[in-house]
Amino acid sequence: MSTKPDTIEALVNREYKWGFVTEIEADAVPSGLSEDTIRLISAKKNEPEFMLEWRLNAYRHWMTLEASDAEPKWANIHYPPIDYQKIVYYSAPKTKKGGPQNLEDVDPELLRTYEKLGIPLREREILSGVAIDAVFDSVSVATTFREKLGELGIIFCSFSEAVLEHPELVKKYLGSVVPYTDNFFAALNSAVFTDGSFCYIPKGVRCPMELSTYFRINAKNTGQFERTLIIAEEGSYVSYLEGCTAPMRDENQLHAAVVELIAHDDATIKYSTVQNWYPGDKEGKGGIYNFVTKRGKCLGRNSKISWTQVETGSAITWKYPSCILQGDNSVGEFYSVALTNNYQQADTGTKMIHIGKNTRSTIVSKGISAGHGQNSYRGMVKILKSATGARNYSQCDSLLLGDKCGAHTFPYLEVKNSTAQVEHEATTSKIGEDQIFYFRQRGLSIEDAVGMIVNGFCKQVFRELPMEFAVEAQKLLGVSLEGSVG
Amino acid sequence: MLEVKNLHARVDGNEILRGIDLTVNRGEIHAIMGPNGSGKSTLAHILAGREGYEVTGGEVMYEGKDLLAMLPEMRAREGVFLAFQYPVEIAGVSNMYFLRAALNAIRKHRGLDELDAMDFLKVVREKMKLLEMDETLMNRPVNEGFSGGEKKRNEIFQMAVLEPKLAILDETDSGLDIDALRMVADGINRLRSPERAIVLVTHYQRLLSYVVPDYVHVLSDGRIVRSGGKDLALELEQKGYAWLEESAAPVKSGVSL
Repeated sequence: MSTKPDTIEALVNREYKWGFVTEIEADAVPSGLSEDTIRLISAKKNEPEFMLEWRLNAYRHWMTLEASDAEPKWANIHYPPIDYQKIVYYSAPKTKKGGPQNLEDVDPELLRTYEKLGIPLREREILSGVAIDAVFDSVSVATTFREKLGELGIIFCSFSEAVLEHPELVKKYLGSVVPYTDNFFAALNSAVFTDGSFCYIPKGVRCPMELSTYFRINAKNTGQFERTLIIAEEGSYVSYLEGCTAPMRDENQLHAAVVELIAHDDATIKYSTVQNWYPGDKEGKGGIYNFVTKRGKCLGRNSKISWTQVETGSAITWKYPSCILQGDNSVGEFYSVALTNNYQQADTGTKMIHIGKNTRSTIVSKGISAGHGQNSYRGMVKILKSATGARNYSQCDSLLLGDKCGAHTFPYLEVKNSTAQVEHEATTSKIGEDQIFYFRQRGLSIEDAVGMIVNGFCKQVFRELPMEFAVEAQKLLGVSLEGSVG
Repeated sequence: MLEVKNLHARVDGNEILRGIDLTVNRGEIHAIMGPNGSGKSTLAHILAGREGYEVTGGEVMYEGKDLLAMLPEMRAREGVFLAFQYPVEIAGVSNMYFLRAALNAIRKHRGLDELDAMDFLKVVREKMKLLEMDETLMNRPVNEGFSGGEKKRNEIFQMAVLEPKLAILDETDSGLDIDALRMVADGINRLRSPERAIVLVTHYQRLLSYVVPDYVHVLSDGRIVRSGGKDLALELEQKGYAWLEESAAPVKSGVSL
């Protein structure tokens, strides 16, 4: 049967709805990276000495990496060399006297921006049950529901505030999961990070609402380097969600974040990401380089860390949310949907490092490739000698739309304890013209067909997202694939 | 309802249909028979709007409209249904969800309210009873892991739910054992209606013992070489297609009924 493959091709025609620019006066440092830049950032934030020291150490380490191999080369992604001297490392919307104290002080233009993005920051308009920290370029502009959370002893604030108000916690945990020596981008982030979110859930507290950070890159030529640190004390529970968007620009912009999670005995952290950075245009021009290090440590017994990510944006994604399963009986989970369309590239997956006894991990990865997109799953399951009775289950599925895209799978297994059980399953399938025609013959449009197939494919992962965001993620996939079959 | 006039079509440059004429009225059942490669499935696919065929001549009118100018989904919404010879599997999409979306797309097109899950379930239950279908099939992904017989019955079941005006059944009998064939045939017979036309595309006569057609057409080498009543199928069964191919030459191509 002869069929024309161009039906599937035409769906690669997306619109990015979040690509507007906010006209706002910014307080920015000149582009370029040096010890002076770092001192300047640290001074702007009134940081204590230990913080500056840490940054400078990270910077010096980064310099040695930059002088030798620079960026890690092992990932299945391709991009021209990045000129780190051309990046602006700090850009903040201008405010009167030292930053907004409450929402009334926030520039209305910023509030409008978040409203336009569907993230109202005024508490009465907000989705009930979600507290939001809004990060705009290099700084946090607002954090909602802080008082209500404070009554329970929960700290939810910007990273900058945490450094000033809870230095002992920051000192204790910063870099304890992702040291600045971890990798090139982690070192860079440690040197220049400007803001991010900080959460601390005290012993025995179940956080009553979703905590959420919404990242927005706005200024041109600016890199966003944020840092998130979540600490869940014994027996606590928290569900955290992050979302992100950026304007459409022809130049690539770097986003190099670090996220560290620490779960003590019997604590659970659920971390969900809906990543929708600007992916670049149809020819692959522009878009965000999303080079992110995310790792959680299940420090305590019976602790649990669960990562769920829906990655639809960015020109390039390099990201491996991982779990160090140190406490006995601790559990690590990774649920991922990664979509690459047009010329997007993704090399994403996870590392599950089993150290404690009877530790368990689950990996479910769903990769969708369309257009010329290249999608790689890279995952490591490492079972150390001490991890008696450890178990892992990995499932890794790829879905292809059209015949110019690619799906790749790089699973690594390292098992040093003979009592461990490790399972790996993988499939690759293609949305065929046959399937599309079947839908159309039943009265459904091509968009409906692709949407239903893709959502069916991702169901296992969407199930893990908080309700409102699952709906959001479904819609997002629909938009991202708009026009890729036609 | 359906009027095919001097239809010519090519696939990859090869002429497969060489002037088909066919008129189907509401309430009628037409059987289109013919040897492998005669163009039967091509005709069915062109009527449903599948890509990859080049219509080089002729026209197809459906309820007074130019069928060939309509998108496949529009044809479906206007009441054209194709039961596939090889129904595809769709992982992750439940039969129930799929069929409700399809029914609602059609209802919406006709200006009817969309059915919610509860109302839809009522419709499904009723049709399941009619076709003696197993309800567990509804919660499984579309055609995934279905046996050959289950897939074909599922096609007929979809037809029952979507209530088309013109149903084209492409080799719905192929690959079925005798029990499954009987069940599928019973289903088709229950869906016979004065309002509905059915075109059965088949290689063998055996389906026609259960679903008795009003007209039989024999397709050979892209033309209808003989048309007649139900007895033509029996004659064909006895004498084989070679009989017609030999005698094809003197018959005027495309007898219209």
